[in-house]
Amino acid sequence: MQSSQTPPRANLAGWLCVSPLVAVLVPFFVAPILVVLAASFFATDGFGGLTPGFTLSNYIEVLHSALTLKLYLATIKFTVLTWIFTLIIGFFVAYFLVFHVRNQLLAIGLFLLCTVPFWTSNIIRMISWIPLLGKEGLINQALLATGAIHQPLEVLLFSDLAVVIAYVHQLTIFMIVPIFNSMARIDKKLIEAAIDAGASRFDIMRLIVVPMSKSGIALGTIFVVSIVMGDFFVVKVMSGGGSASVVSAFYEDVGVLQYPTAAASAVLLTLVLVAVVSLILRTVDIRQEITR
Amino acid sequence: MSAVLTDMQGAVAPATTKAIAPSRGQRPWTFYVLASLFTLYVLALYGPMICIYILSFQDIRGGLVFPMKGHSLHWFVDLFTQVRTGDVKGSFDRSIKLAVIVTIITVVISFLAGLGFRRRFAGDAVVFYMMIGSLVAPGLVLGLGTGLLFQALGLNASWYTSALGAQLSWTLPFGVLVMFAVMSRYNRAWDEAAYDLGASRWQTIWLVIVPVLAPGIVAVALFGFTLSYDEFARSLQTAGSLNTLPLEIWSMTLNVTSPSLYALGTVTTIISFIVIGASLGTIVLIQKKRGSRAKG
Repeated sequence: MQSSQTPPRANLAGWLCVSPLVAVLVPFFVAPILVVLAASFFATDGFGGLTPGFTLSNYIEVLHSALTLKLYLATIKFTVLTWIFTLIIGFFVAYFLVFHVRNQLLAIGLFLLCTVPFWTSNIIRMISWIPLLGKEGLINQALLATGAIHQPLEVLLFSDLAVVIAYVHQLTIFMIVPIFNSMARIDKKLIEAAIDAGASRFDIMRLIVVPMSKSGIALGTIFVVSIVMGDFFVVKVMSGGGSASVVSAFYEDVGVLQYPTAAASAVLLTLVLVAVVSLILRTVDIRQEITR
Repeated sequence: MSAVLTDMQGAVAPATTKAIAPSRGQRPWTFYVLASLFTLYVLALYGPMICIYILSFQDIRGGLVFPMKGHSLHWFVDLFTQVRTGDVKGSFDRSIKLAVIVTIITVVISFLAGLGFRRRFAGDAVVFYMMIGSLVAPGLVLGLGTGLLFQALGLNASWYTSALGAQLSWTLPFGVLVMFAVMSRYNRAWDEAAYDLGASRWQTIWLVIVPVLAPGIVAVALFGFTLSYDEFARSLQTAGSLNTLPLEIWSMTLNVTSPSLYALGTVTTIISFIVIGASLGTIVLIQKKRGSRAKG
């Protein structure tokens, strides 16, 4: 390891600089995770009281329930659909900004135009679909007016479709930014050289652009997957209560003070999430990518 | 090598007309396809938001969908005067105070961590992955853990203790990641130059590093403020008895079916836009000042 060669003084200086960060992350990230882990082994009196102890009954209950499988399937469905759409849109938006907009200042301006909504409220952006997708919303009004349909479509709002739309709306930005960053680093001369060597546009895309944006795609994927898997409010509001995901079920459990089963399900979800994220991390050295 | 490359450029130029994105001349058909995709994306990004801003200006007959019913500020007044919609004013106040505190702490800690991560040190990977973990962990689960922890320790959960910490676990990873991006453009030789001129370590930080990184530090502040101001999942179990604004909005989405929900959306987005505009404006101003100083 490189770090074993660093002198002790550099180690001390490094730790001094990151110590405030550690001082926040230990009580507000590490400790809460440990508390949830501990609570998942506790027994409960059913009224929110926790009895310290060690029981696996919470896990057995969660793993034996048919609901668990359904929740995971629903969560995976939402995650995969959102991932596909955000990846396609994010990739091509980034590609357009990097390779097609000739004026650099304009490219940065358009990039900012895409990022501004990220800094506004997610909940507000989610409910802003109601006037469009609702039964009397704009889309139904327009379709009725053109005669394409005779009954308002009910599947637009409070359905799985609405959930995916809201996710894609919120999360595409998490794909655009890292992919844009990796694409912006591709040397344009490389592409000109490829053209000289007789590569077609498709070849350039397949052999240069996609491989060189891989780290951006991986980073974006980590963001999108972890946010969708950890979300509950989009599923709750946009499905109108019709669908549930692992965390929205967790939210309901917490609401009725079923802490231990909620904790057990949270631990399982975290394990799944860690497995997915480390699988992605195996394909790219995220740290080197970020600090480069 | 580079001389060869520059020599080659002249010869390469004609070939670029059939490049995926030629730097001059006719644009390929893909340009128009992707330009339409981009336009559609931006329309879908802003369109729905603009709809609710418009709908929030209806009069008392207003509903949740188009067509507009009259024009008035009725729902904005309603928002701040009705008890039915909850304590909007108080939660506004708390959210802004909390966001300011979070911003200050995020800027200071992220800057220090950015300095620390410039060099490798023993155990740096542990800190790094702890940070990534804090970023990707489900917010609601972390919030519940923090809430239970406070309960177990006999502390009262409130917006300025437990919620503050829970929000920092979300804003700090973003702040440090932005710092990484900013630091990667900082040349360590400037440090050496400062030392050679007799600057102390603190003078180097205050007179060289901070001014050079100023635009990046403003960006960190922007992330700190807006992420805290809109933070919801981690605050839900940690804010205690007094709501922050996003929690207020959340309870409104479940109970309120009048345009006052949209009015709240309009007001909170205006605040966000002011903060975003001020931050981006500051960054542009700093860059401009530098540009003119370099020229003059």
